[in-house]
Amino acid sequence: MPLLVVGGRILDPSQGIDMMGDLLIADGIISQLGEKVAIPHERHLVLRAGGMMVTPGFIDLHCHLREPGFEEKETIATGTRAAARGGFTTLCCMANTNPPIDHRAAVEFVQQKAAAEGVVRVLPIGCITKGREGEEMVEMGELAQAGVVALSDDGSPVMDSRLMRYALEYSRLFDLFLIEHCEDLSLSQGGVMNEGWVSTRLGLKGIPPAAEEIMVARDIALAEMTGARLHIAHVSTAGSADLIRRAKDKGIPVTAEVTPHHLTMTEERVMGYGGEDKKAVKPSSLALSCYDTNAKVNPPLRSEQDVQALIDALSEGVIDVIATDHAPHEDVAKMCEYDLAAFGISGLETALGSLMTLVHEGKIDLMALISKLTVEPAKILHKNELGTLKLGSSGDVTIFDPEAEWVVDPSAFASKGRNTPLGGCLLKGKVMATICRGEVAYKDDALKLETIRREARI
Amino acid sequence: MRTTKQQELPEAVPSLEAKPSRRRHILDLDDFTRDEIEFVFETADAMKEVLEREIKKVPTLRGKTLVTLFYEPSTRTRVSFEQAAKNLSADVINLSASGSSVEKGESLIDTARTLQALGADIIVMRHYHAGAPYLIAQHVAVSVINGGDGCHAHPTQGLLDLYTIREHLGTIDGAKVVIIGDILHSRVARSNIWGLTRMGAEVILCAPPTLVPVGLGAPAFPVVTVEPSLDRALKGADVIMPLRLQKERQKGGLLPTLREYIQFYQLDSRRLSLAKPDALVLHPGPMNEGIEITPEVAHGAQSVIEEQVTKGVAVRMALLYLLVGGAE
Repeated sequence: MPLLVVGGRILDPSQGIDMMGDLLIADGIISQLGEKVAIPHERHLVLRAGGMMVTPGFIDLHCHLREPGFEEKETIATGTRAAARGGFTTLCCMANTNPPIDHRAAVEFVQQKAAAEGVVRVLPIGCITKGREGEEMVEMGELAQAGVVALSDDGSPVMDSRLMRYALEYSRLFDLFLIEHCEDLSLSQGGVMNEGWVSTRLGLKGIPPAAEEIMVARDIALAEMTGARLHIAHVSTAGSADLIRRAKDKGIPVTAEVTPHHLTMTEERVMGYGGEDKKAVKPSSLALSCYDTNAKVNPPLRSEQDVQALIDALSEGVIDVIATDHAPHEDVAKMCEYDLAAFGISGLETALGSLMTLVHEGKIDLMALISKLTVEPAKILHKNELGTLKLGSSGDVTIFDPEAEWVVDPSAFASKGRNTPLGGCLLKGKVMATICRGEVAYKDDALKLETIRREARI
Repeated sequence: MRTTKQQELPEAVPSLEAKPSRRRHILDLDDFTRDEIEFVFETADAMKEVLEREIKKVPTLRGKTLVTLFYEPSTRTRVSFEQAAKNLSADVINLSASGSSVEKGESLIDTARTLQALGADIIVMRHYHAGAPYLIAQHVAVSVINGGDGCHAHPTQGLLDLYTIREHLGTIDGAKVVIIGDILHSRVARSNIWGLTRMGAEVILCAPPTLVPVGLGAPAFPVVTVEPSLDRALKGADVIMPLRLQKERQKGGLLPTLREYIQFYQLDSRRLSLAKPDALVLHPGPMNEGIEITPEVAHGAQSVIEEQVTKGVAVRMALLYLLVGGAE
């Protein structure tokens, strides 16, 4: 049934559109957009979006759906529902499953599961090396034919520089890009949070920013040498942003992403403060809850200066996109000693709310923010039918209320992963509805979906 | 009649009404005020009297159960707590990570809950992971004492070091204390930094750069000085505290050889003479004699290392007393 979105503020960075108007989605595609659109003759659905933003559906270049192999953490069914609640209509899911996505059957499994149980689009990412073991290249051609959109050993870097060089060179045969998790394992070894005064305060082993920057520098050198497309995952340090800036100035084919948590939280979160409470008086003594395993993530939350540099790099276009690195875990993986807890934040459902903090604080322009979630990732994917409201493009739309306040309640997540340091935090900016291929994938209870005939409209 | 009298707390023990806080846990020295530390000192002074009696027992903790839960080997801390608790008439259960359900993979939280269900009132815990005592303190209604957690804190060791220094110098205020060696991995050094600075001491950390933790200059830390040269650091020192240098540090690449460490950082008689003539030598133990300290210095006239162990019992009795009535 056609779906008419009425009276919202339509924002589409791909066309530079910022207007009050209506949007009609029919047959799974964007069919009309304007101040007033022609109303369909047949029965149709209406969503009244007054006071809300209507944007292209968000694209997440980096998330972990955990299936197959880790269904206790997430499944394609629960992960795509979490995505829909977060405004995402397209997910690129990482290959560190069990078995890893390093052969055709694994790709097809994800695709079939997504078709049968998913509520948003799932685009699998394949491994760079067989078994993610960092020793031999996967059959990239077979994976490309099966439909992977990129290759990554995410969770681990490709430590062998020669192998990385060949993988980049060989990937040029296909329309694939490589996503690198930049971490020099010899330098990060044993680390569980950013190396800095907080790690010293807590007696935890740190991961220095250089562990990331060394690999960013290496991979940029290899991208320059091979001419292959390189995408840097979850950039977390000011130094990495500088390296990427210089690489782009030289015309090297590199793109980069940053997560909502690295844009909004600092290492102080591990001690239970920081983030939006950062102006609060810092107690000299530690709270009982100070070793917050929900703030344990790789790369780790960094310093205030890093956060500022990442925001600047994003605004300048040095960092191309925002990706969640949604990394759900079951409760017991976090209910333990900090050293033993799993790395990762369940991020799909809090992404928009936390990113809107940056808009409300005037740190980033709303249109720029939306472009980082829509048209920019679509460009990296070479999929011009996504991340846009151009007529004829996929009927993927996100509707959110920029002013709505809500308190994060992890127990109400659609994701199986309740692992977020934002539990109990007040966020301003809430997804009200997510439409994927013309179907309502998620709708907030406060928003009414009406089925009406032409005559009944207003 | 005499026996009855001996079973009472010495009159010099400050009354519980005089307690400066309703403390429930002892997790680090960062939240100890000066008043609270003084209260512990005064109580320990009085507890020493109990230790000198023929029957070293008072009924303060009768009917209470103290569990020592040790995930890491320890001689002095565990025995010292056991002794302190028994002197106060508590029942003591010793649990080590081997020989319990910990070996079957039981989680730390479950272990603590089980101990609570079995009637533990106080858990003294040592764990190789920083923050482990905080984790259980969050999940059980039992008082938790940190007996050393990873590289984070060892508050009771810190307090007995402070107590030993005060006993000899009369006051900690203004004392120049040099801590030498593996600051990076030392929970004792970290707790001492909090306690010493709160009591007005000047703290100098002396170590090769690979063994100094980052970020010590951050506003959240007490002010300390880092002086890599041992000879310079020792000038005018009142207290010297070499730390145990674990032999694994060389394998970890933090030091070229133990031989070179000894050359630059061993506390020997010549270096000791650079400090004040009556400077105290402390060591948290266990010592690697011949590495961070020479046997002559370790057992010399200025060493109070054995005394630290004795004082530890009185200080821990005082700390257990401090917790009485702290839990609901």
